[in-house]
Amino acid sequence: MKYLKQFFIIIAISFAGEILNYLIPLPIPASIYGIVILFTLLCTGIVKVKDVKEVSQFLITIMPVMFVPPAAGLLDAWGIVQSGLVQYLILTLISTIVVMAVSGIITQLFIRHDKKKRGIQHD
Amino acid sequence: MTEFFQNSVFFGIVLTFVAYGIGLLFKKKLKWAVFNPILIAIAIVIGVLLLCRVEYKTYEQSAKFVSSLITPATICLAVPLYERLQVLKENYKAIIIGITSGVLTSLLNVWAFALIFYFNHETYVTMLPKSITTAIGMGLSQELGGYAAITAAVIIITGIFGNMIAEFVCKLFKITEPVARGVAIGTSAHAMGTVKAIEMGETEGAVSSLSIVVAGILTVIGAGAFAQFL
Repeated sequence: MKYLKQFFIIIAISFAGEILNYLIPLPIPASIYGIVILFTLLCTGIVKVKDVKEVSQFLITIMPVMFVPPAAGLLDAWGIVQSGLVQYLILTLISTIVVMAVSGIITQLFIRHDKKKRGIQHD
Repeated sequence: MTEFFQNSVFFGIVLTFVAYGIGLLFKKKLKWAVFNPILIAIAIVIGVLLLCRVEYKTYEQSAKFVSSLITPATICLAVPLYERLQVLKENYKAIIIGITSGVLTSLLNVWAFALIFYFNHETYVTMLPKSITTAIGMGLSQELGGYAAITAAVIIITGIFGNMIAEFVCKLFKITEPVARGVAIGTSAHAMGTVKAIEMGETEGAVSSLSIVVAGILTVIGAGAFAQFL
């Protein structure tokens, strides 16, 4: 019963996300509305962590496998990507590294700055 | 034989799991970042399809039972997010500034490369949403007048690559704070990167999950403005 209830809650939220995606004319997918809905339900205590714990852990654990089918779809995209492939690859690879480095370094700078400030206050 | 594959419910599912299992084995035996289980699984699936002359469409009919769980699984990321609420609250300023800087960097990068490569407007807007989650990215690309299918391909390549290099980039740039790692990975490589962040630690995973949402929404706003630049 426990798993049935957990799975139902998660699927129901997915469906609610789909409805919002249909009603709101923004390019925001069901999954993003869904995270916000579940997060809000958890914060307000309407849904408790124990109501979704095991099934959510299971789904998150097997998540990498779920990306394999759409990624294998690159096979079909070959025809349209081919002509600009080298440019697309250079852009994609370099900007992924740059974005990762910049956002990480800046976040870390601010965290350490805040920590220092807090440290001074404690003294 | 073709008919069998077309009617089989489980062919695509089994192939997907077996391919990923082999990917995990590779990773265990050869501890080298290139042997990323997702990448190996993709290569195996594509190889098998080409070898057996099965169309992607046929495989996808069965494998969609696996991939349609992406939405519920992504929603479940709200749970670790909630469990780490304290860390998020303590660092919310750094997190928001970090994600915003990442989104701007991504848009500026695409703009710079578009100038270097002489992209036309359509190709330029196709590339703008490259760092964010597929569903937002494709919708955005379409809205701006880009080629959604190319955007999807580029987003997937970004995700695989981000997942592969996350540990290396964090080491190289001495990004050691778990919160900063989460922001870096979620902002640059959406959900496929987040899978790696979850492996690294609970805080990394939670912050990376949050970054998918925030970076996605900020990109929707920012790309609309950047689309005017070329």
